[in-house]
Amino acid sequence: MNFNDDHYALFELRRSFQLDVSLLDRRYREIQAQVHPDKFAQAGDADRRLSLQWATRVNEAYQTLKKPLSRAQYLLRLAGQEVGAENNTAMPEDFLMEQMEWREAVAEARLGREQGELEHLHLRLKQQMTDRYEQLAVLLDDRHDYPAAADLVRRLMFLEKLLFEIDEAMAALEA
Amino acid sequence: MAYSIKVLDHYENPRNVGSFGKEEEGVATGMVGAPACGDVMKLQIKVGRDGIIEDAKFKTYGCGSAIASSSLVTEWVKGKSIDQALGIKNTQIAEELALPPVKIHCSILAEDAIKAAVADYKKKHAA
Repeated sequence: MNFNDDHYALFELRRSFQLDVSLLDRRYREIQAQVHPDKFAQAGDADRRLSLQWATRVNEAYQTLKKPLSRAQYLLRLAGQEVGAENNTAMPEDFLMEQMEWREAVAEARLGREQGELEHLHLRLKQQMTDRYEQLAVLLDDRHDYPAAADLVRRLMFLEKLLFEIDEAMAALEA
Repeated sequence: MAYSIKVLDHYENPRNVGSFGKEEEGVATGMVGAPACGDVMKLQIKVGRDGIIEDAKFKTYGCGSAIASSSLVTEWVKGKSIDQALGIKNTQIAEELALPPVKIHCSILAEDAIKAAVADYKKKHAA
Protein backbone atom coordinates (compact mmCIF):
# COMPACT_ATOMS: atom_id res chain seq x y z
CA MET A 1 0.00 0.00 0.00
CA ASN A 2 1.40 3.32 -1.07
CA PHE A 3 0.18 6.56 0.50
CA ASN A 4 0.19 8.36 -2.84
CA ASP A 5 -1.74 5.72 -4.75
CA ASP A 6 -4.95 6.91 -6.35
CA HIS A 7 -8.19 5.81 -4.68
CA TYR A 8 -8.70 2.89 -7.04
CA ALA A 9 -5.18 1.53 -6.61
CA LEU A 10 -5.57 1.85 -2.86
CA PHE A 11 -8.49 -0.59 -2.91
CA GLU A 12 -7.00 -2.65 -5.76
CA LEU A 13 -9.95 -1.88 -8.00
CA ARG A 14 -10.07 -1.35 -11.73
CA ARG A 15 -10.37 2.32 -12.63
CA SER A 16 -13.92 2.62 -13.94
CA PHE A 17 -17.22 4.28 -13.14
CA GLN A 18 -19.11 1.03 -12.89
CA LEU A 19 -18.02 -0.45 -9.63
CA ASP A 20 -18.78 -3.47 -7.51
CA VAL A 21 -19.78 -1.57 -4.38
CA SER A 22 -19.85 -4.68 -2.19
CA LEU A 23 -16.24 -5.37 -3.19
CA LEU A 24 -15.33 -1.77 -2.36
CA ASP A 25 -17.05 -2.16 1.02
CA ARG A 26 -15.08 -5.34 1.74
CA ARG A 27 -11.69 -3.90 0.75
CA TYR A 28 -12.43 -0.80 2.80
CA ARG A 29 -13.19 -2.84 5.92
CA GLU A 30 -10.07 -4.96 5.41
CA ILE A 31 -7.76 -1.96 5.14
CA GLN A 32 -9.55 -0.05 7.88
CA ALA A 33 -9.03 -3.03 10.19
CA GLN A 34 -5.28 -2.93 9.51
CA VAL A 35 -4.79 0.78 10.02
CA HIS A 36 -7.42 1.61 12.66
CA PRO A 37 -5.93 3.86 15.38
CA ASP A 38 -7.36 1.58 18.12
CA LYS A 39 -4.86 -1.07 17.03
CA PHE A 40 -2.03 1.34 17.69
CA ALA A 41 -3.14 2.48 21.14
CA GLN A 42 -0.03 0.91 22.69
CA ALA A 43 2.32 1.90 19.88
CA GLY A 44 4.71 4.83 19.82
CA ASP A 45 3.73 8.36 18.82
CA ALA A 46 5.01 8.06 15.26
CA ASP A 47 3.12 4.84 14.57
CA ARG A 48 -0.04 6.23 16.11
CA ARG A 49 0.16 9.33 13.98
CA LEU A 50 0.82 7.29 10.87
CA SER A 51 -2.16 5.04 11.56
CA LEU A 52 -4.39 8.08 11.97
CA GLN A 53 -3.17 9.53 8.68
CA TRP A 54 -3.85 6.23 6.95
CA ALA A 55 -7.30 5.87 8.48
CA THR A 56 -8.19 9.37 7.26
CA ARG A 57 -6.74 8.72 3.81
CA VAL A 58 -8.64 5.43 3.41
CA ASN A 59 -11.86 6.94 4.68
CA GLU A 60 -11.65 9.83 2.22
CA ALA A 61 -10.97 7.45 -0.66
CA TYR A 62 -13.91 5.26 0.37
CA GLN A 63 -16.34 8.17 0.65
CA THR A 64 -15.26 9.46 -2.77
CA LEU A 65 -15.68 6.16 -4.58
CA LYS A 66 -18.84 5.04 -2.80
CA LYS A 67 -21.21 7.67 -4.19
CA PRO A 68 -21.60 7.70 -7.98
CA LEU A 69 -21.48 11.48 -8.35
CA SER A 70 -18.25 11.99 -6.41
CA ARG A 71 -16.80 8.88 -8.11
CA ALA A 72 -17.52 10.43 -11.52
CA GLN A 73 -16.00 13.75 -10.44
CA TYR A 74 -12.92 11.92 -9.21
CA LEU A 75 -12.54 10.00 -12.48
CA LEU A 76 -12.79 13.25 -14.43
CA ARG A 77 -10.11 14.76 -12.21
CA LEU A 78 -7.86 11.78 -12.89
CA ALA A 79 -8.52 12.28 -16.61
CA GLY A 80 -7.58 15.95 -16.33
CA GLN A 81 -11.08 17.12 -17.24
CA GLU A 82 -12.37 20.23 -15.46
CA VAL A 83 -15.95 20.01 -14.23
CA GLY A 84 -16.10 23.74 -13.51
CA ALA A 85 -18.64 23.26 -10.75
CA GLU A 86 -17.69 26.55 -9.09
CA ASN A 87 -17.67 28.88 -12.06
CA ASN A 88 -19.56 27.28 -14.92
CA THR A 89 -22.92 29.03 -14.55
CA ALA A 90 -24.01 28.91 -18.17
CA MET A 91 -26.11 25.78 -18.15
CA PRO A 92 -28.45 25.39 -21.16
CA GLU A 93 -31.53 27.54 -20.68
CA ASP A 94 -34.05 24.71 -21.10
CA PHE A 95 -32.27 22.74 -18.40
CA LEU A 96 -32.33 25.70 -16.00
CA MET A 97 -35.97 26.38 -16.81
CA GLU A 98 -36.77 22.77 -15.98
CA GLN A 99 -34.85 23.07 -12.71
CA MET A 100 -36.81 26.19 -11.85
CA GLU A 101 -40.08 24.32 -12.48
CA TRP A 102 -38.99 21.37 -10.35
CA ARG A 103 -38.11 23.66 -7.49
CA GLU A 104 -41.39 25.54 -7.79
CA ALA A 105 -43.26 22.22 -7.66
CA VAL A 106 -41.32 21.15 -4.56
CA ALA A 107 -41.89 24.50 -2.82
CA GLU A 108 -45.61 24.30 -3.59
CA ALA A 109 -45.96 20.72 -2.33
CA ARG A 110 -44.01 21.63 0.76
CA LEU A 111 -46.24 24.61 1.53
CA GLY A 112 -49.39 22.62 0.85
CA ARG A 113 -48.05 19.74 2.99
CA GLU A 114 -48.73 17.32 0.13
CA GLN A 115 -46.78 14.22 1.13
CA GLY A 116 -48.15 12.22 -1.82
CA GLU A 117 -47.03 14.86 -4.31
CA LEU A 118 -43.55 14.95 -2.79
CA GLU A 119 -43.31 11.16 -3.04
CA HIS A 120 -44.38 11.40 -6.67
CA LEU A 121 -41.72 14.04 -7.38
CA HIS A 122 -39.13 11.92 -5.60
CA LEU A 123 -39.90 8.86 -7.73
CA ARG A 124 -39.96 10.82 -10.98
CA LEU A 125 -36.64 12.44 -10.20
CA LYS A 126 -35.08 9.14 -9.10
CA GLN A 127 -35.99 7.62 -12.46
CA GLN A 128 -34.41 10.53 -14.34
CA MET A 129 -31.28 10.22 -12.25
CA THR A 130 -30.99 6.47 -12.79
CA ASP A 131 -31.19 7.03 -16.55
CA ARG A 132 -28.53 9.73 -16.41
CA TYR A 133 -26.15 7.67 -14.30
CA GLU A 134 -26.47 4.92 -16.89
CA GLN A 135 -25.57 7.42 -19.63
CA LEU A 136 -22.67 8.57 -17.50
CA ALA A 137 -21.33 5.01 -17.26
CA VAL A 138 -21.33 4.76 -21.06
CA LEU A 139 -19.60 8.14 -21.48
CA LEU A 140 -16.92 7.41 -18.89
CA ASP A 141 -16.23 3.69 -19.31
CA ASP A 142 -16.97 3.01 -22.97
CA ARG A 143 -16.62 6.23 -24.93
CA HIS A 144 -14.14 8.06 -22.69
CA ASP A 145 -15.93 11.23 -23.73
CA TYR A 146 -14.85 13.37 -20.77
CA PRO A 147 -16.24 16.76 -21.85
CA ALA A 148 -19.69 15.21 -22.34
CA ALA A 149 -19.34 13.37 -19.03
CA ALA A 150 -18.43 16.65 -17.29
CA ASP A 151 -21.57 18.25 -18.73
CA LEU A 152 -23.69 15.39 -17.42
CA VAL A 153 -21.98 15.58 -14.02
CA ARG A 154 -22.88 19.27 -13.77
CA ARG A 155 -26.52 18.41 -14.47
CA LEU A 156 -26.47 15.60 -11.94
CA MET A 157 -25.14 18.00 -9.31
CA PHE A 158 -28.38 19.98 -9.66
CA LEU A 159 -30.48 16.83 -9.54
CA GLU A 160 -28.73 15.49 -6.42
CA LYS A 161 -29.38 18.79 -4.69
CA LEU A 162 -33.01 18.70 -5.78
CA LEU A 163 -33.41 15.15 -4.48
CA PHE A 164 -31.92 16.21 -1.17
CA GLU A 165 -34.45 19.03 -0.96
CA ILE A 166 -37.40 16.77 -1.75
CA ASP A 167 -36.30 14.26 0.88
CA GLU A 168 -35.78 17.04 3.39
CA ALA A 169 -39.29 18.35 2.70
CA MET A 170 -40.74 14.85 3.19
CA ALA A 171 -38.84 14.41 6.44
CA ALA A 172 -40.09 17.79 7.66
CA LEU A 173 -43.71 16.75 7.02
CA GLU A 174 -43.26 13.45 8.82
CA ALA A 175 -41.72 15.07 11.85
CA MET B 1 -21.54 29.63 9.51
CA ALA B 2 -22.95 33.02 10.44
CA TYR B 3 -24.50 35.19 7.78
CA SER B 4 -23.66 38.88 7.76
CA ILE B 5 -26.38 41.35 8.77
CA LYS B 6 -26.72 42.55 5.18
CA VAL B 7 -27.20 39.01 3.89
CA LEU B 8 -29.85 38.35 6.53
CA ASP B 9 -31.61 41.60 5.67
CA HIS B 10 -31.84 40.75 1.97
CA TYR B 11 -32.70 37.15 2.78
CA GLU B 12 -35.52 38.00 5.16
CA ASN B 13 -36.80 40.96 3.14
CA PRO B 14 -35.80 40.18 -0.41
CA ARG B 15 -36.34 43.08 -2.81
CA ASN B 16 -37.97 42.68 -6.19
CA VAL B 17 -39.00 39.01 -6.01
CA GLY B 18 -41.15 37.82 -8.88
CA SER B 19 -41.22 38.02 -12.63
CA PHE B 20 -42.43 40.18 -15.48
CA GLY B 21 -44.75 38.95 -18.18
CA LYS B 22 -42.69 37.62 -21.05
CA GLU B 23 -44.57 39.76 -23.53
CA GLU B 24 -43.95 43.00 -21.67
CA GLU B 25 -41.95 45.44 -23.69
CA GLY B 26 -38.28 45.79 -22.88
CA VAL B 27 -38.19 42.70 -20.68
CA ALA B 28 -35.14 40.45 -20.90
CA THR B 29 -34.30 37.37 -18.87
CA GLY B 30 -31.07 35.85 -17.59
CA MET B 31 -31.05 32.29 -16.30
CA VAL B 32 -28.00 30.86 -14.59
CA GLY B 33 -27.19 28.00 -12.26
CA ALA B 34 -24.33 26.97 -10.02
CA PRO B 35 -23.61 23.24 -10.16
CA ALA B 36 -21.55 23.33 -6.95
CA CYS B 37 -24.58 24.12 -4.81
CA GLY B 38 -27.45 23.42 -7.21
CA ASP B 39 -28.66 27.01 -6.99
CA VAL B 40 -30.81 28.33 -9.82
CA MET B 41 -31.30 32.04 -10.49
CA LYS B 42 -33.62 33.87 -12.84
CA LEU B 43 -33.10 37.60 -13.19
CA GLN B 44 -35.22 39.87 -15.35
CA ILE B 45 -34.68 43.46 -16.34
CA LYS B 46 -37.19 45.88 -17.81
CA VAL B 47 -35.46 48.35 -20.05
CA GLY B 48 -36.99 51.65 -21.14
CA ARG B 49 -36.79 53.10 -24.63
CA ASP B 50 -33.87 55.23 -23.49
CA GLY B 51 -31.85 52.09 -22.69
CA ILE B 52 -32.12 52.63 -18.92
CA ILE B 53 -33.13 49.74 -16.68
CA GLU B 54 -36.42 50.83 -15.10
CA ASP B 55 -37.12 47.77 -13.02
CA ALA B 56 -35.70 44.36 -12.18
CA LYS B 57 -37.07 41.17 -10.65
CA PHE B 58 -35.59 37.88 -9.59
CA LYS B 59 -36.45 34.40 -8.51
CA THR B 60 -33.72 32.36 -6.88
CA TYR B 61 -33.76 28.86 -5.46
CA GLY B 62 -30.71 28.56 -3.30
CA CYS B 63 -29.05 29.48 -0.05
CA GLY B 64 -29.33 32.78 1.81
CA SER B 65 -26.24 34.20 0.14
CA ALA B 66 -27.56 33.44 -3.35
CA ILE B 67 -30.90 35.07 -2.56
CA ALA B 68 -29.19 38.09 -1.00
CA SER B 69 -26.81 38.45 -3.98
CA SER B 70 -29.67 38.47 -6.49
CA SER B 71 -31.80 40.77 -4.36
CA LEU B 72 -28.91 43.22 -4.11
CA VAL B 73 -28.17 43.32 -7.84
CA THR B 74 -31.83 43.96 -8.71
CA GLU B 75 -31.52 47.08 -6.56
CA TRP B 76 -28.21 48.07 -8.07
CA VAL B 77 -29.20 47.78 -11.73
CA LYS B 78 -32.22 50.05 -11.47
CA GLY B 79 -31.49 53.41 -13.07
CA LYS B 80 -28.38 52.08 -14.81
CA SER B 81 -27.92 51.75 -18.55
CA ILE B 82 -27.48 48.19 -19.74
CA ASP B 83 -23.79 48.79 -20.33
CA GLN B 84 -23.36 50.20 -16.84
CA ALA B 85 -25.11 47.11 -15.50
CA LEU B 86 -22.45 44.99 -17.17
CA GLY B 87 -19.92 46.81 -15.03
CA ILE B 88 -21.21 45.19 -11.83
CA LYS B 89 -18.55 42.83 -10.55
CA ASN B 90 -19.00 39.87 -8.28
CA THR B 91 -16.30 41.26 -6.01
CA GLN B 92 -18.47 44.33 -5.34
CA ILE B 93 -21.41 42.11 -4.44
CA ALA B 94 -19.28 39.91 -2.20
CA GLU B 95 -17.82 42.95 -0.49
CA GLU B 96 -21.17 44.68 0.06
CA LEU B 97 -22.66 41.52 1.58
CA ALA B 98 -19.45 40.48 3.37
CA LEU B 99 -19.67 37.01 1.84
CA PRO B 100 -17.22 34.43 3.18
CA PRO B 101 -14.90 32.72 0.65
CA VAL B 102 -17.08 29.59 0.40
CA LYS B 103 -20.01 31.76 -0.75
CA ILE B 104 -18.18 33.74 -3.41
CA HIS B 105 -19.78 31.56 -6.09
CA CYS B 106 -23.16 33.06 -5.11
CA SER B 107 -21.90 36.50 -6.11
CA ILE B 108 -20.45 35.08 -9.35
CA LEU B 109 -23.89 33.64 -10.07
CA ALA B 110 -25.53 37.07 -9.60
CA GLU B 111 -22.97 38.79 -11.84
CA ASP B 112 -23.49 36.15 -14.53
CA ALA B 113 -27.27 36.51 -14.23
CA ILE B 114 -27.03 40.23 -15.04
CA LYS B 115 -24.72 39.51 -17.96
CA ALA B 116 -27.13 36.86 -19.26
CA ALA B 117 -30.10 39.23 -18.96
CA VAL B 118 -28.26 42.00 -20.82
CA ALA B 119 -27.16 39.53 -23.50
CA ASP B 120 -30.79 38.45 -23.89
CA TYR B 121 -31.84 42.09 -24.21
CA LYS B 122 -29.20 42.79 -26.85
CA LYS B 123 -30.17 39.67 -28.76
CA LYS B 124 -33.82 40.74 -28.81
CA HIS B 125 -32.95 44.27 -29.86
CA ALA B 126 -30.16 43.53 -32.29
CA ALA B 127 -32.07 44.74 -35.34
